[in-house]
Amino acid sequence: MSAWVRSAAWSAALAAALVLVVVVSAAIGPVRIPPVAVVKAVLNALVVPVGVESVSSGGVPVSASGVSFAYRSPFAFPVDDVHQRIVVGVRLPRILLAALVGFALAAAGTVMQGFFRNPMADPSIIGVSSGAAAGAVAFIVFPAALSTTVALPLVGAVDVGLSYGAGVSLFAFVGALVAAFGVYAIATRHGRTPVATLLLAGVAVQTFLGAVISYLQLQAGESLRRIVAWLMGHLSGAAWSDVAVTAAVVPPLFVLLLAYARDLNVMLLGEEEAQGLGIAVERTKRILLGASALITAAGVAFAGVIGFVGLIVPHMLRLVVGPDHRVLLPTAALAGGSFLVAADTVARSGSAELPVGVVTAAVGAPFFIYLLMNREVHEL
Amino acid sequence: MSADPPVGPVESSDRAESSDRVHAEDGDGSAVEPAGDPRIAVRDLSVSFGDVPVVSGVDLDVDRGSLVGLVGPNGAGKTTVLRAIKGTIEPDAGTVRLNGDPADDLSAREVGRRVASVPQETSLAFDFPVRHVVEMGRTPHLGRFDGHGPEDERAVREAMDAAGVARFADRPITAVSGGERQRVLLARALAQETPALLLDEPTASLDVNHAVRTVELVRELVDDGRAALAAIHDLDMAARYCDEIVVLANGGVHAAGPPEEVLTADAVRAAFDAEAFVGRNPATGSSSVTAFRRSDTDPQRLHVVGSGRDAARVAARLAAAGHAVSAGVVPAGDALAGVVSDAGGTVVTAPPFEPVDASVQAAAVDLARAADAAVVVGEDIRHGGAGESDATDAIVRAADRVVEIGSDAGGAASLEAVRTALTAASTGE
Repeated sequence: MSAWVRSAAWSAALAAALVLVVVVSAAIGPVRIPPVAVVKAVLNALVVPVGVESVSSGGVPVSASGVSFAYRSPFAFPVDDVHQRIVVGVRLPRILLAALVGFALAAAGTVMQGFFRNPMADPSIIGVSSGAAAGAVAFIVFPAALSTTVALPLVGAVDVGLSYGAGVSLFAFVGALVAAFGVYAIATRHGRTPVATLLLAGVAVQTFLGAVISYLQLQAGESLRRIVAWLMGHLSGAAWSDVAVTAAVVPPLFVLLLAYARDLNVMLLGEEEAQGLGIAVERTKRILLGASALITAAGVAFAGVIGFVGLIVPHMLRLVVGPDHRVLLPTAALAGGSFLVAADTVARSGSAELPVGVVTAAVGAPFFIYLLMNREVHEL
Repeated sequence: MSADPPVGPVESSDRAESSDRVHAEDGDGSAVEPAGDPRIAVRDLSVSFGDVPVVSGVDLDVDRGSLVGLVGPNGAGKTTVLRAIKGTIEPDAGTVRLNGDPADDLSAREVGRRVASVPQETSLAFDFPVRHVVEMGRTPHLGRFDGHGPEDERAVREAMDAAGVARFADRPITAVSGGERQRVLLARALAQETPALLLDEPTASLDVNHAVRTVELVRELVDDGRAALAAIHDLDMAARYCDEIVVLANGGVHAAGPPEEVLTADAVRAAFDAEAFVGRNPATGSSSVTAFRRSDTDPQRLHVVGSGRDAARVAARLAAAGHAVSAGVVPAGDALAGVVSDAGGTVVTAPPFEPVDASVQAAAVDLARAADAAVVVGEDIRHGGAGESDATDAIVRAADRVVEIGSDAGGAASLEAVRTALTAASTGE
């Protein structure tokens, strides 16, 4: 069977699993809502363009300006109004953000493990998470100063009063990309980026940024609590706008990564051999690194540093579907989405809400240890 | 060897088909390949690592239907030259042309369609099945989201059959032995179906059976019209299978040409810094190089008296050390006669089991007289049968000095005996 067919079959199954997890998660919370009602509420909220309100006569194409779409809700199931609002307004954005972030982190983790040919690699290895954390913490500690001076040229004159949430996310995103680019620039000499140098540069930059974060925490005073919450990863307070931004960034980058799945397989043979098999190695590395950094940055910008998803989910899936990235990448990404939704459901359903990073680490680490003690994984 | 009997005939029939196809493709591909352009042409290639020059001024051509062996001591730059050809290192100077086009102007993908390489080792960190690793050889022929078509399936199947890896095609690459892995890499290169092959020590970790099968497979592919350049450390193997040998040593091409012209004792001494006896392998008829440690011997003219394998062994070692050896009278077809003539020395032979002709005896005496010393191998030579002993004594007496060497003496002991005898004599004078 062709790898792409296998990939599609596995992906369909895991996508179904993800939908199931989303529905179940949306049913769970202080207010219990039957899963059927969840499905109905979601369907009620769907809008589809049902037609083009313009006169198109005789097959002549109409100009774009003359077209306006008519939206309509195709479904109108009878659902409790409170339930409808809880599901669509409160739970769904958080769940979808969790799904997208988990998807992004697991995809980036899979690519990084292949890229570094090292099963211990994860999305933070090139400094993305540290950069995001430094950016976010800087904004949290100096929100006013930074939002008026630095944010201005980035956001434009319109939005001087950058909202707190958007500011944190923006700074985290920019911090992540700056750190990743810094690591790349440090490790690149004469147009070549040796993987080992990249790894060491990543460690060095992470260490440095760790020092910056620690220092900022000492200066934080009142906002220390918020810093700790951000650093541990959080999905509370997710808004539809966050989901929209993430959904605009993550899927296209994922498709780009998927397009390089076979190249990534060949890169596992070593760079020289990949070159011999017709892969433009340095260009491929730049694309993989750039796309991974962006997709990770999009994830951590809204959710904070969430560990272990990008490390263990690719591992788990590699045991199930094998090392072929054409199959592994989509399945790991989908499983990562399910995993983070489930972990966040656990995080928010206790008496006091836990940071989701605590849950992923608390569940992930023992599971990882189990995998390590299981002989199969020693081969990896 | 008997473990996988079905491979033989099946494999050869497959290969006959594939060879037809190779010709067909060559016919089609002649538009791509201008007639007369070598598959691989290297001109004035210089490579250095940092400030350390590895090779400089390397010229070599690999034509269609030619297997060129790249030999040389460790660190001579064999792998470096191969890497420069496949474009994984930047040369300081010089050009590499593939089918006439400068490799610099070709995309990595296009290079991957023209040259396939078999590396010494591979490091696969994840446990892909063997079949999948071979399928990776099709990469330069596939678009980004292409699945494997029937043409790819055929190429992979034929490559796996030819390299003898079909038997463990579904095992993970991490769970096969080093020799099996090397054959997987060969299969991957074959699946690439390129007009030229680069092989870096393709037999280094193979058992004798698979080493010979691998080289013969390459030989057949070359006979079917491909071009191959192989770094080979086994000089006998290179002499036996290569059309041409390029000796890399001391930072450049030391010698190049047909094996029998290139693989000489002098060339081996200069390139490898070792003494060598270059003879003819009785089983294959090709050159056979036997290397010895350097002895820094002062070369002399020596006349060897004796016969059989023991005398032959002593004569080979003396010749390897640089002595000019002659021998006689030796029965025609004797091992000693073969060794001395391989070493370029004069041998006086006589038909066996017949009285030695007077002119023959005189020729042997002349040789001994011209020599710095007569080397007598075997205790019973001078005390043998009546007439024979007198004749032999006459030859030995003609020499200035006599070195007696026991028939069980090793090469080093023989050299030492000659050295002490000659130095003692010269200091005595």
